[in-house]
Amino acid sequence: MASSSSERGSDYEATHVHAVYEDIASHFSSTRYKPWPIVDRFLKALPDGSIGADIGCGNGKYLAVNPHVFIVGSDRSSNLIKIARQHHPHAAIVADNLSLPHPQHSLDFAISIAVIHHLSTPGRRVEAVKCVLEVLRRPSSEEAQDGGKALIYVWALEQKESRRGWDEGHEQDVMVPWVMKGGGEKRKEKGQRKKGNEALTERQEPAEQPKDKTFLRYYHLYRKGELEHDIEEAGGTVVEAGYEKDNWWAVATLK
Amino acid sequence: MKLLTLNFLTCARRTCKTSPSSFPLHPREAELEILESELNLVFLRNILPRLMWSELRGIGEELGLPSLPESPPSREDLVTKPSPAKPSSVTEPSSVEEEGGEGEEVPSQTAKDLHRLLLETTIKEGKLVCGNCGHEYAVKEGVANFLLPGHLV
Ligand SMILES: [Zn+2]
Repeated sequence: MASSSSERGSDYEATHVHAVYEDIASHFSSTRYKPWPIVDRFLKALPDGSIGADIGCGNGKYLAVNPHVFIVGSDRSSNLIKIARQHHPHAAIVADNLSLPHPQHSLDFAISIAVIHHLSTPGRRVEAVKCVLEVLRRPSSEEAQDGGKALIYVWALEQKESRRGWDEGHEQDVMVPWVMKGGGEKRKEKGQRKKGNEALTERQEPAEQPKDKTFLRYYHLYRKGELEHDIEEAGGTVVEAGYEKDNWWAVATLK
Repeated sequence: MKLLTLNFLTCARRTCKTSPSSFPLHPREAELEILESELNLVFLRNILPRLMWSELRGIGEELGLPSLPESPPSREDLVTKPSPAKPSSVTEPSSVEEEGGEGEEVPSQTAKDLHRLLLETTIKEGKLVCGNCGHEYAVKEGVANFLLPGHLV
């Protein structure tokens, strides 16, 4: 179970989110290649020449979906960005969701896929959504529907069919293990570990066997309606929303 | 980092974003590298209206690159003019010219120059400096890092 909300914040995320992704980058990346259908559809429906941001792009799997738009992918993990930058014609930079280096109201679209749920307090989650919305172009007039659009995707609390089995009523702030199998070439040797990585625990396997390593990442599991609430709170308007395979998603614009 | 990226970047500090002098970021002590990629005419044409031309010209100058024309190219400038006016007759045997098949457009020198500048010219090492606050963002191994030290967040 995750710590109490008062202990969480940026230092907490540095340990329980950022450091973990930095360490599991290549292994994580090798498992992340199939785009989710809603995201795929959103990106392919963009007019050619659209300019956007993939905020928290990880290994850049969504940069491969549409080569007719230009996407600046960003992530806090420089190890993941090293993998993401291979996708042309796009770009990849290291940046924090809460301090994005994009001019305000300049982009046609933004995607935030499986990112906001890593922010560890309600205030920081709303702030993160606000930062995503802030890069979007404003509509040309109050009635116009032509402003930039953001697709936001977060892990759902309601997923009783999943391997994890969480559902309504369960604790929403959870630590989720990432197991790196011992012996694989992806495995890091002991001693190469970065300091300050308290999220790491080790499990001893039978003698001579390479050890598995379990990394714990913090997640806030979104319950029904919560994403829409955060978007409204952040000054956005939800234009479409739904549930797809253990995740809540919403398309939003600026009010 | 491709130079095109600079067209969509500014300082990561909130207080700088509303100040016009934070855009564009200024490359300093930049080591450039050409990373060749396939020219995509449609892509170039589509992003053309989004380019902040005078800012990009300024960046080119700061990097010591051949200077860009004062005004941005038009969409038409990106394709070579059909050499001798094509006869409208459909019976004309297609004299396979260049790599272009039927109806395929051939990128002009302007398009090639633009592609070279925006998509193939990259900053490998160096800094990007905010004109408003002076903060320097490092570029290492082709990746720009915009993480701010705690006291600037
Ligand atoms: Zn600045």
